[in-house]
Amino acid sequence: MSAQDHDPSGPSHNPARRQALSCLAAWTGATVVWTVAGGVPRALGATGDGTPAAAAKNALTFVQISDTHIGFHKDANPDVVGSLRRAIADIHALPQTPAFVVHTGDVSHLSKPEEFAQARDVLKEIRVDRVHTIPGEHDTIDEGATGYLKFFDHDGKGKSWYSFDQGGVHFVGLNNVLNFKMGTMAALGDEQIGWLKGDLASVSHSTPIVVLGHIPLWTIWEPWGWGTADSAQAMALLRPYGSVTVLNGHIHQVLQKVEGNIALHTARSLAYPLPTPGQAGIGEPGPVKVPAGELGKLLGTRQLSVVPGRHDLALIDKPLDA
Amino acid sequence: MTQAFARHALHPLRACAGLALVVCAALLTPVICAAAPATAVDIKKFAFAPKEITVAPGTKITWTNRDETPHTVTSADKSFASKGLDTDDKFEHTFASEGDFSYACTLHPFMTGIVHVRKQ
Repeated sequence: MSAQDHDPSGPSHNPARRQALSCLAAWTGATVVWTVAGGVPRALGATGDGTPAAAAKNALTFVQISDTHIGFHKDANPDVVGSLRRAIADIHALPQTPAFVVHTGDVSHLSKPEEFAQARDVLKEIRVDRVHTIPGEHDTIDEGATGYLKFFDHDGKGKSWYSFDQGGVHFVGLNNVLNFKMGTMAALGDEQIGWLKGDLASVSHSTPIVVLGHIPLWTIWEPWGWGTADSAQAMALLRPYGSVTVLNGHIHQVLQKVEGNIALHTARSLAYPLPTPGQAGIGEPGPVKVPAGELGKLLGTRQLSVVPGRHDLALIDKPLDA
Repeated sequence: MTQAFARHALHPLRACAGLALVVCAALLTPVICAAAPATAVDIKKFAFAPKEITVAPGTKITWTNRDETPHTVTSADKSFASKGLDTDDKFEHTFASEGDFSYACTLHPFMTGIVHVRKQ
């Protein structure tokens, strides 16, 4: 265990925070709005008049979208491009313009060049400087990340993992859909973990870190491949940091977990919902068809704000339809 | 087929069998004549059905994706690999030699299957 566990002022010695986070994480309501100021969690809006407070000034604000599955056109959602455009309208209506957007993977549905091209064109409609993407397993069918990188190479290095710094925050984009071994969960692989170790070596422990990975970096449901086989190695590299936020996609629903200073959040899809695991009679993670008018409540976006000096990001999960 | 016919032309009995084989193949009646056997595997509800199968050398297996989600058929030893299969897409592979060929879907690696190829 790290020295932080013996530091009474450190975040791991804050039982009120842990309690509040675990209570809030159990919510499945349409909007989860919370922030932490000075180590004391406050629920914004959800128990007040319902209006989320605007993010504090000089806070880095960005948006997470995920699982757009451009190219999908079945009953569960015959118009995924339309859903993405509705999300873009929501992003443009935010009271605080986000600095950028992150897309946590499954940009396309079948890794086809025309799907990547259409996704890239529609994402360009977002009025932000940059959309940072990482690949999902639907983006690496047939030829690994080669097809995806022709459209979404982040920094021209031909690698599907990368990092960048903005607003005093260190962002890391990971690819955990390349090292598939039969019968096991996907993995980051030794090369990427070695890269991550080197990348973090020059990042101070007080720098907030945001990690993007398509497949959840904690094991949610192994029978469906909802986890990363070697995530423990990545988590060990992240543990010394005071503020780590992991943003994942893949499961098309919001689940959250807090491990010390590391908060992990999966996101809604903008294509179709997937079932929650462990239900009787539902043995596989296939697209869920819902009654007309219900789909928009199950798709959505997430606004995040990072305030320098605060341990936790403020998150607002917003469905397309309230 | 015609090569086999020519090789057996000197032996009248074999020549007849060879001719019959050619005619059968031309009429596309594989059940009656000993043409290459075929067998089918369904990809349904994120599983290969049947998951385990035993076939003779020379058998062609056809996988058909019945799910709304794409899948692949990718062997562990890299001897066969489909492209991404959308709903109703098919992948065929003829298993020439004996052996045990395990495979999985690369999008969902918990989906596994195995083909045992044995002389019968």
